[in-house]
Amino acid sequence: MFENLTEKLDSIFKNLRGKGVLTEDNVKAALKDIRMALLEADVNFKVVKDFVEDVRERAVGQEVLKSITPAQQIVKIVHDRLVHLMGDESSHLRLSGRFPSPIMLAGLQGCGKTTTAAKLALFLLAQERRVCLVSADIYRPAAMDQLKILSEKIHAGYYDAGGLPDPVQICVQAVEYAKSNGYDTLIIDTAGRLHVDAALMDELRRIKEVIRPDEILFVADAMTGQDAVNVAETFNSLLGIDGVILTKMDGDARGGAALSLKKVIGKPIKFVGTGEKTEALELFHPERMASRILGMGDILTLVEKAKTAIDEKSARELEKKIRKNEFTLQDLKDQILQIRKMGPLQDVLGMIPGFSKIKALKNAAPDEGEIAKTVAIIDSMTIKERYNYQIIDGRRRKRIARGSGTTVQDVNRLLKNYTEMRKMMKKLSKGGMKSLLRGNFSFK
Amino acid sequence: MADNKSGGFFQRLKQGLAKTRKSFVQNIEQLFTGKAISPETFDDLEEILIGADLGPAFTQELIEEMKGRAKRHELAVADTLKQLLKDSMNKILQACEVPLIIPKDQVFTIMVVGVNGTGKTTTIGKLASYYKSQGRSVLIAAADTFRAAAIEQLEIWSRRVDVPIIKQKMGADPSAVVFDAIRSAKARETNVVIIDTAGRLHTKTNLMEELKKVRRIMGRELPGAPHETLLVLDATTGQNALVQAKIFNREIGVTGLALTKLDGTSKGGIIVRIAKEFQIPIRYIGVGEHLDDLKPFISREFVDALFE
Ligand SMILES: Nc1nc2c(ncn2[C@@H]2O[C@H](COP(=O)(O)OP(=O)(O)OP(=O)(O)O)[C@@H](O)[C@H]2O)c(=O)[nH]1
Ligand SMILES: [Mg+2]
Repeated sequence: MFENLTEKLDSIFKNLRGKGVLTEDNVKAALKDIRMALLEADVNFKVVKDFVEDVRERAVGQEVLKSITPAQQIVKIVHDRLVHLMGDESSHLRLSGRFPSPIMLAGLQGCGKTTTAAKLALFLLAQERRVCLVSADIYRPAAMDQLKILSEKIHAGYYDAGGLPDPVQICVQAVEYAKSNGYDTLIIDTAGRLHVDAALMDELRRIKEVIRPDEILFVADAMTGQDAVNVAETFNSLLGIDGVILTKMDGDARGGAALSLKKVIGKPIKFVGTGEKTEALELFHPERMASRILGMGDILTLVEKAKTAIDEKSARELEKKIRKNEFTLQDLKDQILQIRKMGPLQDVLGMIPGFSKIKALKNAAPDEGEIAKTVAIIDSMTIKERYNYQIIDGRRRKRIARGSGTTVQDVNRLLKNYTEMRKMMKKLSKGGMKSLLRGNFSFK
Repeated sequence: MADNKSGGFFQRLKQGLAKTRKSFVQNIEQLFTGKAISPETFDDLEEILIGADLGPAFTQELIEEMKGRAKRHELAVADTLKQLLKDSMNKILQACEVPLIIPKDQVFTIMVVGVNGTGKTTTIGKLASYYKSQGRSVLIAAADTFRAAAIEQLEIWSRRVDVPIIKQKMGADPSAVVFDAIRSAKARETNVVIIDTAGRLHTKTNLMEELKKVRRIMGRELPGAPHETLLVLDATTGQNALVQAKIFNREIGVTGLALTKLDGTSKGGIIVRIAKEFQIPIRYIGVGEHLDDLKPFISREFVDALFE
């Protein structure tokens, strides 16, 4: 899917690579595809609308980077926004020192609450908490049996409600049971219910009022479609949700509901369920989720790499120049600037294709101050001087030093380094230049 | 689950929900009634269709079709457009409005499959009750030997409906349970055998293989079995339901669909796309957790509900 998306976007941006800015027009076409991708992933219609608008505002006007394609650039913006929107808050459980500290699970029928209750218990058991479980599901046949069996399997406590007919009463009793048996955590599994079932929603609210859970977790199926927002909105407004657990993530659903839920509830997605076994509970990773929603597997590494690497095309051009001994001062400046745009790098010259292998230059690796100086000096040169260093005589050096706020010695040193570089390049280009450069394209 | 727990909050909630529903219906009505067709009409249409989980690509398709027809027929008002769209979907769904016919004089086996939590077991309870009310003999088989208390769950249904159940211990081979069930049905001359299987994600190849094995065993014990392979889909599910249908169908051959949880606010629109792509008969819809909350699928009703 990511292949499709980027390929599509790539064709939209065919003519844009490495020049100009992202404009309203060319971004528009890309956003159409991104919108489709998000809708295909089940992100809610309205959420998509706002999201796309937000990305449009961020993208338009951005300079097109040389290091990545415009398509990648936009996908990166989209991805970053998704990560930001889904993962801003800490996802830890906030359990008080109360004995027991109650956690309540709620959600639609069949979303996986009971299994999740056991998983969460196991997770907390591993953190040395003493966990007791209780099922307030008096409706679904054998729901209580299910939780009881799971509790025994993971060696957690279980409050057996016997035949108590009232879920609120069951929870009250469970708290007492947990307290007197030394459990510090009580996980309450509730019956699955529709958000439009007023009586059952009221029941949840009453449990909440009496028990005052430290965490009310909304359990949602990763496969949920457009209606996720309605459901979440109702649960949240009636109950006040503290976090979300997304289940059945071991399937192949793209899981756009995650974004919708986050948007509606505004609370973190804390865990994801990744299998039927009780161990299959993981912390939520916003980046993974973002990639999944966009259907793009390994985009992250790709984009990250692209971001730090010098654009292959310009590197190849550079290689040609070097081979023909046409590496100008202008090229030197371009390379330095391009690298600097990617973040503060110490070993800048070493990043330029071919340079890191040149031992003589290793010691000359400049710091940020050096780079600024070098750029300033080259900036003070005329175009002619940049392309033909030989014309830079004493008088010109003085002018350049003055113009760049440096000394003639600084200018001399730069020119000396530069001519040395050229000499070495010339030597190298006769021998293994090509392979040498290739080896340096993949910057770590 | 009775509606007798009134009180301030409950009342408020009910009113609130009624309001939401009403405002939504009104929106759609306003959208169409007596209005001239404009680009916004199509935007709104898109929102309705996508909101009903028909999916963006299919929605696009439908809207293009409508745009074309609107042009050709020079439609003036949006009402006609809505009707055309309904007709268009109805055409697709009608082809799948094929009720399950069960002959009375044979052992007829129904294998119920689907991903986790879609409502398989509950649907089986409802089916058993429905067939029993038709005067048929019914037997259910607990071939979900994996999920905790799955057997107990089906047992409770068997008591509720008062039909016999064939079961083994948790962890037993599902094929063995099915083998038992068919033997027993043959001996008792039971008319309908309904088999509950463990929920499984279509992506788990080993579990799909397990289903294939169950199928093989059934066919060996009883030629033609399973006579119906019923895939249970949850209306709350979004676009993934399409993949579920595709893979279950490819791996074990699905002959019927049941769409559950239509008593919520999800529309289950993905079923239209599934119908279009795979033409699998849609047998039943689930509209609640009670025994009688199962209905035959009626295309017209479903399409009407999509726009409500
Ligand atoms: N509201 C509503 N709930 C339903 C419907 N059908 C099933 N359910 C509920 O959905 C939940 C899961 O149903 P099950 O029948 O246990 O689902 P399953 O597919 O057998 O689940 P696994 O065996 O665990 O995969 C239960 O709480 C059911 O009561 C329906 O049509 N409407
Ligand atoms: Mg089941």
